[in-house]
Amino acid sequence: MPDKTGSERLAVRKTYKLFIGGAFPRSESGRSYVVTDAKDRFVANASRASRKDARDAVSAARKAFPGWSGRTAYNRGQILYRVAEMLEGRRDQFVAELRQTGLSKSQAAAEADAAVDRWVWYAGWADKITAVAGSANPVSGPFFNFSTPEPTGVVAVVAPDSPLLGLVSVVAPVIVSGNTAVVVASEPAPLPAITLAEVLATSDLPGGVVNVLTGHRAELAPWLADHMDVNAVDLTGAAPGDVPDLEERAAGNLKRVLRPDGAAWTAEPGTARLTAFLETKTVWHPVGV
Amino acid sequence: MASENIFEYAPAPESRSVVDIRGSYGLFVDGEFTDGHGEPFKTINPADETVLADVACADEADVDRAVKAARRAFDEVWGPMPGRERAKYLYRIARIVQERSRELAVLESIDNGKPIRESRDVDLPLVAAHFFYYAGWADKLRHAGFGDDPKPLGVAGQVIPWNFPLLMLAWKIAPALACGNTVVLKPAETTPLTALLFADICRQAELPPGVVNIVTGAGETGRALVAHDGIDKVAFTGSTEVGRQIARVVAGTRKKLTLELGGKAANIVFDDAALDQAVEGIVNGIFFNQGHVCCAGSRLLVQESVAGELLERLKARMATLRIGDPLDKNTDVGAINSAAQLAKIRELSDAGEREGAARWSPPCELPAQGFWFAPTVFTDVAQSHRIAREEIFGPVLSVLTFRTPEEAVTKANNTPYGLSAGIWTEKGSQILWTAQRLRAGVVWANTFNKFDPASPFGGYKESGFGREGGRHGLEGYLSA
Repeated sequence: MPDKTGSERLAVRKTYKLFIGGAFPRSESGRSYVVTDAKDRFVANASRASRKDARDAVSAARKAFPGWSGRTAYNRGQILYRVAEMLEGRRDQFVAELRQTGLSKSQAAAEADAAVDRWVWYAGWADKITAVAGSANPVSGPFFNFSTPEPTGVVAVVAPDSPLLGLVSVVAPVIVSGNTAVVVASEPAPLPAITLAEVLATSDLPGGVVNVLTGHRAELAPWLADHMDVNAVDLTGAAPGDVPDLEERAAGNLKRVLRPDGAAWTAEPGTARLTAFLETKTVWHPVGV
Repeated sequence: MASENIFEYAPAPESRSVVDIRGSYGLFVDGEFTDGHGEPFKTINPADETVLADVACADEADVDRAVKAARRAFDEVWGPMPGRERAKYLYRIARIVQERSRELAVLESIDNGKPIRESRDVDLPLVAAHFFYYAGWADKLRHAGFGDDPKPLGVAGQVIPWNFPLLMLAWKIAPALACGNTVVLKPAETTPLTALLFADICRQAELPPGVVNIVTGAGETGRALVAHDGIDKVAFTGSTEVGRQIARVVAGTRKKLTLELGGKAANIVFDDAALDQAVEGIVNGIFFNQGHVCCAGSRLLVQESVAGELLERLKARMATLRIGDPLDKNTDVGAINSAAQLAKIRELSDAGEREGAARWSPPCELPAQGFWFAPTVFTDVAQSHRIAREEIFGPVLSVLTFRTPEEAVTKANNTPYGLSAGIWTEKGSQILWTAQRLRAGVVWANTFNKFDPASPFGGYKESGFGREGGRHGLEGYLSA
């Protein structure tokens, strides 16, 4: 936020903190790092999350998983749509934050609009993906057999540097199906992620469903890739050189890994990001009298 | 056993004459049987420890040759071939498997130790059905929900286990070929023979050379295959530990990976279950295929109020199991596949006793030669015991109890595995409530250990990822 608004009044600045379990704590480590704008001017001190913050975020996500995945799909869709409403309401704030990252006024406006629309698009999938990805299976015997997609669990997301559209494009598909997320925000442009967290905190999304860490990606991502209570990692925002190491760490408990694919955020997303974090459960029952 | 036992039968051995086991076997590369450059190894009959054949071992250069043959076949023949033509090859294979199913079943029982009743009635029908099922997908892939024009990945490197040698081959090769990939497959070193007989079936079907390549060998051969730069896809079925190693090797490459790994399935019996049916399901869940089943129901969770009665009936049923000659058509439980596996089962069972669980097996005479382990049940098992946490992969059942449905679900999910689970209750709503909460890829309700090519199979958590079977089984062999 600009220091001066043009009037005599001195602006009240926002302290950018982490978002863990529905609360906004500072990093337990007391560390922060300087976020600058496109012209290298000071904008804010963002929290630099520690390993303990990452672990707290994972345990908050795990705690939230049974409740969130146990909601009806309709209810999750309603809550995600509510998030889109709140995003729309904060549109000007996002535009201002995006402009600090170097976008022009029209670019920032277009990105904010696209982010809201993307969120609406994913919200609608809540009660449809099961019908598209599931099946009734005609087995050769007297059995009723059906397959349904279910959320994988706790997903660690290394968000891309597209600070808002990229961010919502990786977070929404993870949580809409019932997963909970620990998101490592863009390192150079973390502020929209914290503002998004404020949106999530006021949208009836249960605490812990999305947890946002800001800080050094190269430090945080390996801890999450190693963590034995994380079920999947989305490496979209990881530096290409770090991907092999992160994937190797993820093998420790056989996490599902989504590799970076370099797709443009403006393109129609498809269902790949949804299905990457779904498990197929098949249930058999005999047919008889 | 007592002479008044109504379950006494005269021996009814299946004839071995239908199978012609050669003295030695080569690798199957580019449509030809060739020598391997590793040290040949022997495959034995686990029921009597006789040597069946010398089998070639593929070294790195042999694997490279196989991958290059598969690449050539992919680029020149199989990749460009219309799906409807690929389909017809797969239908041919399915038909030849049916025609030669007796030969394949007998050979499977000889090399693996599993009862002929199971190889004949379960493995072989499923093998043929799997090829038949995926044949039909080959020319319908754009309707499968993976894009308008899904493409094959290229060359698949596939490594399979010894518990269902030919069935696991079918699970790997059928969808790979249907999607337009070519394959290099490594069977397990203790059970290579049916895969090599399958190579002959590929020749009878006039499958173009290089589309299917079979490289035999042990861990080194498998490592060379999954690490080879020329493959685009790795599919593995086996232990979670080896799966982890493979995931590390594949990290940072372009290779697509699917893993079907270990399990420690809970088989939950509620107090209203039909107990006799549940007993049949429990027996089928843990003693089918000597318990060499990744999805075996190895943890019995029984509601406390019926535990005593259920165990009494279970023990009575176990006493009627017939253990012995795998080729006898009356045999229920065959031989343990290898000395190494027998040692592992013994070690874990001994640990069960040491940790305080109560061990019981029915009185039964085991053959003097070969690898044998009596069906065993442990009661007074705690969740912390190794026999409740580790995959034994043998005919050993651990029994735990619970009081409430919530406790059953918590205990069932208290494992890093998540492959399968069982539910026994007469109450429909309780089945669905429980099935929703179990973190497992396959849930059998009032049945167990059922398989079908149309039904997706695969795990949650450390039981691996990806699905085999059904429409879902195509995904691992197509590029999105």
